[in-house]
Amino acid sequence: MKQNGQSKDIWVLGDYRNYFRSRVTLQILARARALAEQTGGKVCAVVFGHQMDEYVGEYVAHGADRVYVMDHPKLKEYALETYTFLLTRLTREFGPEILLIGATRFGQEIAPRVAKVLKTGLTADCIDLEIDDKGCLVQIAPSFGGNLVARIITPNARPQMATIRPGTFQELPHNDDAKGEIIALDLPSDMPQERVRCIQSEYKPAKAQGIEKADIVITGGRGMGSKGKFKKLFELARMMNAEVGATRPVVYADWIGHDALVGQAGKHIRPKVLLSFGISGAIQHTAAISDADFIVAVNKNPNATMMKMADVAIVADANQVCSGIIRAVKEKIRD
Amino acid sequence: MLNIIVCIKQVPMVSELPWNSKTGTLKRELAQGMMDPSSRLALEAGLRLKQDPKTEDQDIKISALSMGPPMAEEVLHQAVSLGADQGVLLTDRRMAGADTCLTSLILGEYIRKFEPETDLVLCGSQTSDSETAQVGPQLACELDMPAIGWASDIRLCGKSVTVERHVDDFLETLEMDLPGLVTIDQAAFAPRYATLGGVADAFETPRVRIVDAETLGLDKTFNALKDSPTRILDVYSPTTQKENRVMKGAAKTVVDQLFKEYGKIISSAMGKDLKK
Repeated sequence: MKQNGQSKDIWVLGDYRNYFRSRVTLQILARARALAEQTGGKVCAVVFGHQMDEYVGEYVAHGADRVYVMDHPKLKEYALETYTFLLTRLTREFGPEILLIGATRFGQEIAPRVAKVLKTGLTADCIDLEIDDKGCLVQIAPSFGGNLVARIITPNARPQMATIRPGTFQELPHNDDAKGEIIALDLPSDMPQERVRCIQSEYKPAKAQGIEKADIVITGGRGMGSKGKFKKLFELARMMNAEVGATRPVVYADWIGHDALVGQAGKHIRPKVLLSFGISGAIQHTAAISDADFIVAVNKNPNATMMKMADVAIVADANQVCSGIIRAVKEKIRD
Repeated sequence: MLNIIVCIKQVPMVSELPWNSKTGTLKRELAQGMMDPSSRLALEAGLRLKQDPKTEDQDIKISALSMGPPMAEEVLHQAVSLGADQGVLLTDRRMAGADTCLTSLILGEYIRKFEPETDLVLCGSQTSDSETAQVGPQLACELDMPAIGWASDIRLCGKSVTVERHVDDFLETLEMDLPGLVTIDQAAFAPRYATLGGVADAFETPRVRIVDAETLGLDKTFNALKDSPTRILDVYSPTTQKENRVMKGAAKTVVDQLFKEYGKIISSAMGKDLKK
């Protein structure tokens, strides 16, 4: 049996429940692939459950060199204490250098437990991972509500652990020709008793639309000018299949309901495209939008925080640009 | 008698962000503090259990527990004014700079030594400053308690709890015997405000106790910053990393320019093809 940290391998926990909505395991495998190029270790997925052949095949096709599979009817349902016990035991036995876990709710529950039992460090919600010149995993994570970014290492304890939110990395294309080693593991005989009892569990996906899930969000601030002019944002949102959000002053002025508040006290959004009109960018607001992939900000003041954090900063009157975009989109989607 | 401990963190108000550039940890003593909103929901959950007519025959004691700099005492007085029976602040220079692994160790040490009769530990699901969602689960491990995360509803039934939650698209009802730990979901319910009577009462009979590393019986060589398995290399502002393309001019000009250069990104997010 190996001691901790004796292999150079990178492990990724296979989190397959809700597979078609969350591809986080595949996304992490892609990143692990890139890290392994530098460390020289193997990329390994580890998966517990029953009859998971299709997931195991997917992990290989998406970049795993090796998959450790523990398949048993007793593991059919996700069980936190059981999975924690198994992952901890295997990590001790095989000694991976790095252990990465998707920040699904389940991942967020199991990762801290495994880290605690192994007395190792864990960084939550990494936005990037790198290998430094000493071969250490640099865990790059938002700090302080996303306003700052911290670079964190685990210098001595092993494995080095991190969780990664779904959508952070891009999965590799499916490769049917990929070859991977499948290692079947036996269920240990000394399994713990699960202390939390599941009375009922029902698959109930959250509503797809809504500002927190929307691919495009249009936000407006005081710079829109008035309640009447603010309404233009709704017209634009209808055309773009987007949702409308707002800053605190706008909500207080009753230009829009409290549901639309985007900020620390309101909604946290992560759209693919954010169009921000007439918002200066108080930290309480910007902390809740920093996960947007692509930000277009429109403001008369080029020095506003919102303008500085945008991919495209348009120095102009928010209202006029909003009307301009409405006209442009109308023309461009006309059959 | 049922003993509930609610873990409460004082977080800095986000308008100021001073940090120590050498250690990479926040200079919390310089920022103005407030009760972490998610801890406040955990307290609310405890207070609702205490006032629930169904459990009224049970005598419930609520202790608010925090670790932090001396100024964190404020949030414990606030907790008492909201209805907690007492507050305990674990504070010591040697506790500063603890990562989640060490924070859960210190909180656990207190509960083991001073509140061994604890039945239920309530935590927020994730604090507004570091948002790791790790201290709750790690404290459960430290105390070897069963735990349930992200509860949207919690009901007591003798010495067991039933919890409802919606996680990873599953709506679940879970049950466990006490002692146990529950973390409360962000959107679970609206927290109350302190009444004037509550505030006056909290001031008249102070019920917040301060506990240092020695009293807690931590090892003489214990140093949370040094002993934490993680090390912060540096902290920086991420906003400078964007390309930050600036466009100026008449509305029509900039809109044309926007679609010419970035139309693909916009149309792909819309899921529609846009004409050139």
